[in-house]
Parts: sequence; structure tokens; C-alpha cells
Amino acid sequence: MEELKNEEVQSKIVDTEEPLDKNIKLMSPTRMVVRRFFRSRLSIVGLIMVVGLFLFSFVGPLLVADTTADYSDDTKWGEIELDESGKTEYATATATYTVDGVEYTVRQTTEKYLKDNLRATPSKEHLLGTDNEGYDVFVRLMYGGRISLIVSFIAVFLITIIGVVMGGIAGYFGGAIDNVIMRVCDILMCLPGVPILLIISTILDASDIDAKYRIYLLMIYLTFISWPGTARLVRGQILSLREQEFMVAAEAMGYSTGRKIFKHLVPNVMPQLIVQMTLSLGSMILYEATLSYLNLGVKAPYAAWGTMINIISTNEAVLQNHWYIWVPAGVCIVIAVLGFNFVGDGLRDAMDPKGRR
Amino acid sequence: MSNLKYIAKRLLYSIFILLGVSLIIYFLIRLMPVDFIQDKINAINQGGATVSEETVTAMYEMYGLGDNSFMGIMKGYFNWLVALAHFDLGTSFVHGIPVAQVIVEHMGVSFAIALIATVFEFMIAIPLGITAATHQYSLRDYVVTILVMIGISLPSFFFGNILKDLFALKLGWFPASGLVNATVSNSGFGLILDYLHHMFIPVLTIVILSIGPRMRMTRANMLEVMNSDYIRTARAKGLQERVVINKHAFRNTLIPLVTSLAGLLPSLFSGAIITEQVFNLPGIGNIALDAMNRGDIPFIMGYNMFLALLSVLGVLLADLMYGLVDPRVKLE
Repeated sequence: MEELKNEEVQSKIVDTEEPLDKNIKLMSPTRMVVRRFFRSRLSIVGLIMVVGLFLFSFVGPLLVADTTADYSDDTKWGEIELDESGKTEYATATATYTVDGVEYTVRQTTEKYLKDNLRATPSKEHLLGTDNEGYDVFVRLMYGGRISLIVSFIAVFLITIIGVVMGGIAGYFGGAIDNVIMRVCDILMCLPGVPILLIISTILDASDIDAKYRIYLLMIYLTFISWPGTARLVRGQILSLREQEFMVAAEAMGYSTGRKIFKHLVPNVMPQLIVQMTLSLGSMILYEATLSYLNLGVKAPYAAWGTMINIISTNEAVLQNHWYIWVPAGVCIVIAVLGFNFVGDGLRDAMDPKGRR
Repeated sequence: MSNLKYIAKRLLYSIFILLGVSLIIYFLIRLMPVDFIQDKINAINQGGATVSEETVTAMYEMYGLGDNSFMGIMKGYFNWLVALAHFDLGTSFVHGIPVAQVIVEHMGVSFAIALIATVFEFMIAIPLGITAATHQYSLRDYVVTILVMIGISLPSFFFGNILKDLFALKLGWFPASGLVNATVSNSGFGLILDYLHHMFIPVLTIVILSIGPRMRMTRANMLEVMNSDYIRTARAKGLQERVVINKHAFRNTLIPLVTSLAGLLPSLFSGAIITEQVFNLPGIGNIALDAMNRGDIPFIMGYNMFLALLSVLGVLLADLMYGLVDPRVKLE
């Protein structure tokens, strides 16, 4: 009888405690960050822009573009497939003559047959028309996105790896090693960006590199001058982190140096690192576009957003009369950079423990 | 005294950095095949201008070209350094005059444009940053933030061309390119007006693209200051909000602004390559772009060193200014 009562009491205690337990919601730091991220409308907009562009450039071509190697699909257009359906252009010129005090105006219309369908206006066949060479603008927009996104991701990835390793080593060891690495950073940060890319581009011109790979080589240089920013960020964080108790504990456990740096210190820098990576994705896309615009990066016939805008620097008629050839590429660049900036800002706010909202 | 010691130490560092930068640029130039350089020289000769035999030999000597052993390259580098110490950057192939002279002649235009743009940038960005911060999370904050973010995200070549198409080619309010109207001979005040007329769209492009970072910096600093104790004290004293913001809060955001302005000063001379290319302005950036497309090695080398010098100076000035305006910072 006594025992039974005890059991009953105990089950009652359990009963009353259970709802209390359920009221407390345990959230991991990651989930909190995700929640705070999605609470901001701007971050969601940014995410939609970025994901949308990814779908557009990686899935889009599979649906609308001719992906066969020899462009044998007649219903769709490929990246470097010319529209050779031909086109007749009419040009009208007026000339005024004065004969015996009477003015005569002569209007002359010349008919010119072009082999390629150049500068076609947007239609069902070419959603955004064709460009100066007769390529389909809409399809090239998608392929251009591929190049921009791939190149920027590779560059940011490399910058982060080199920056974390160098910054980690400099911050952890300090002293002479720190001094050497930081002075190298100082030198690299003072190297001019675009002008030196122009020199490298000239070297590449001289050494007959395939047009497809130029942009990758140029981005390697960008990586080379950009890692000091990340290295400084990581070093600064590690300098303050290495004095904290958990590092004393790691020391007492006898962990190896590599483990201390990359398993205990670097993860603590991750929030700032992720934000920096997202924001630099935007600036890398801008860099790539600028290079291509200057005709240094991706060269014709291959497509990149910058290259597609490059047309107007030599042809003012296109600038004035054929907006659909160059404006969409610029809009794509803006969407990409803006998207990454919104996401980066959202992440920064979400990860900042001080910024409670 | 310790300040002087600090400045001396920083100057030594700067020289060291410049040496490092020059070494990298020199080796890059040496990577160019010599016959390629010869081709480029021939192209310039065919284009009408003449590159005198002397200029070419002087350059070959200066860079020690032709001797590609390690010692040869090092010797070439030291030759070049010695010439640099005598302020001799060689003779430009395209222009036929000393590189330093080309730089000095064209940096004025770039500086004028950059200076006007910077003045407007600060005048617009700072008030925007302050209103965004004092109305944090309001509609005004969001609108300002989104607009400047769009400004940051615009590529200069794209936005410049849009403005050019709209205001110059379609509406015809401003000239599309160049710096002077060649058909009218102006002098004095008229000439200055003509300059300003031509500079309007380029400056507008630069201002809109550069407001963003400055506005966000002001906003962040302002928010930080607005949370401090002495702002609460000022409000508790019953001061007007306007006085609290303008006299107590804003003054303390000036430190980073002044520091960044000092760092910005040298870079005003460097030229905006893209904007100058879009509007075909005779600034140093456009000249450099043209020189590089035509393989003008002495100019490329000189221009890059010039840029490196400006950025070293910028860092140095910013650091010194930081210690100067903020007495809490001790220079070490």
C-alpha cells in the first residue's frame, strides 16, 4: 500500500514536470542564427535573388538553350551559335542639292543583305534579340552567369583558405612569423588591382592562352592580392581568442598545434568569416565583370556579363538604339551583387550576438 | 618625441613596402616576352607615332632586358631602382616624353573630378547616414539603406553608360565624352563652365557609386555613439534632440570620418580607369588604359609604382591622422 502511494506520487511529479520541460525550447546557436536571418525581409529578398540567378544560369540553359556539342538542335540557340537566317537592313540618307536657286531633296534608300541576323529585336525566337554578331542574347545571359558565378566562387573559396591558414598561423604563433606574414600582407594590399591585371592580361596575350582559361588565371591574381584582408580578420580574432580559458584547457589536454588552431580557434572566427565570404562574392562578381568589360577577361565568342556590355564601348549605335543587347547583362550583375550583399548583411545581423532584435 | 620616432618608423616601413611592391611589378613586366614588346613597338611606329631607337635602347638598358638569367633580372631591377632614385621613370613609348611628365600632366583632370566627387559624396552620405541611424529600423532607414546598397552593387561601366545614354545621347543635356567643347573656343570663366558641364555625368556616376560605404560607415558609428551613456545624460539634461544629435553624437563620429578622409586624399590622384574610359576623359586612368593596350612598358611600370606610392601614403596618412584626432590612441 505504502509503496503504491509512493509510485503514484512519483508519477504525479513526473506528470507535472513534463509540461514544464516542454515549455522550454532549446535552440542551437545555428538555429537561432537561421531564425534571425529569416526574420529580416531584406535577407529573404537577397536569398531569392541569389537562388534565382543560380537557377537561371545553371538550370536555365538545360531548358531553353541548345546544349548539343555541334548545335544541331534547330529549335533552340546555343551559347556561340550564330543566327544565320539572314536579314535585310535598310538605310535612308537624304541629300540636298541647289540647282539654279531651287532646292532639291533626294532621299536615297539602300538595301543591304546581311548573312547573319544581327541586332534582331526581341521576338518569340530570340527572347532578348540578337547581338552585334548574331548570337542569342538571352541564352548568352545564362551562360555568362555560369562563368561569373563559378569564377567568383572559386576565387572566394581560395581567398578564404589561404587567408585562414596564413591568418591562423600569424595570430597563433605571433612574433617573427606574425611579422613576416603581416609585412607580406602590407605589400600585397598596396599592389594596384586593375592596372596590374592589365599587365597580366598583356602577358597572357603574348603567351597564347586559350580564351576560355584566361579569366581563371586573372582570378588567381585577384586571389593573390585579396587574401590579406581575410588573413588580417582571422589574425585579429585569434589574437584575442588565444588568451581565453578554453585555449588554456586545450593546452592542458596536450592537443597538437594544428588541432588547436583549426579545431578550436578557427571555428570561433567562422561567423565573421562567412559574412566576409558572402560580401566578397559580390565584389568578385564586380571585378570579373569589369575585367570582361575591358575585354581582358572572358573574350568573344564566349559569353560573360561584362563581355556582353563591352559591345557598347565600340558601338555607340547599340548603346542608343538596342538596349536589349546590353542592359539585361547589367541588370543581372546588379541582381547578383545586390543579392550577395543583402544575404551578407542579413548574416552579419543574425550572427551578431549584440544585435538583438 | 615618441611621435617623431613613430613617424620615422612608419616611413621606414613604407619604403620597405614600396620596395616589395616594385619587386613584384618588375618581375611581372619581365614575364613579358621580349619579341612581344618589339611587336608592340612596331605597332606604335606604324600607328604614326615614332618610338625613337634611343628610347628603346634606353629602356632595354634600364630594364636589363635580354638577359634572362636570375642575376640578369636582379641587375635589371637594381638598374631600374637607381634610375627611380633619380626620379627617372624612363620615356613613354606612346607619348615620347618622360613618364613622370605624362603622369603629372594628366593627373590634374583625375584629381579635379575625384575631388568634386568626394566633396559631394561626403555632403550627401553623412546626412543620410545620420538620419538612417536616428530613425533606425524605420521606413526611412530601410529606403536609404536599400538605395545605397543598389548604388554599391552597380558596376561603374554599366551605370556610367546608362547615364551617358540617358542624359547625353537621348536628352542631350550634357556632352557625352571629352572634357572640352572643341567647336567653341572658350577662355577664363567660360572654359571652367565648359569643364564643369563635361564633368557633370562622370562626377554623378562616381558619387552615386561611392555614397554607399560612406553612408553605412556613418550610420554604424552613429548607432554606436547613440547608445553611449553620455548621450543618455545629454537627453536627461533636457537638451533638444537636435542638439543631442548634432553636438554630442555626430561630433564623435567624426574620428573615423576624418581618418578615412586622410587615407582617401592620395588616392584622389590615381584616376578612375573605368569612368574615364566610359566618358573618354583625358585623365590619368584613361591614359594608362590606352598605354597598356598599346604595350607602353615604361609608362605601365611608372603608373603602377605611382599607384603603389599613393596607397602607401594613404595608409600612412590615415594612421597618423588617427593618432592626431583621437587623443585616446597612443601611437606605437
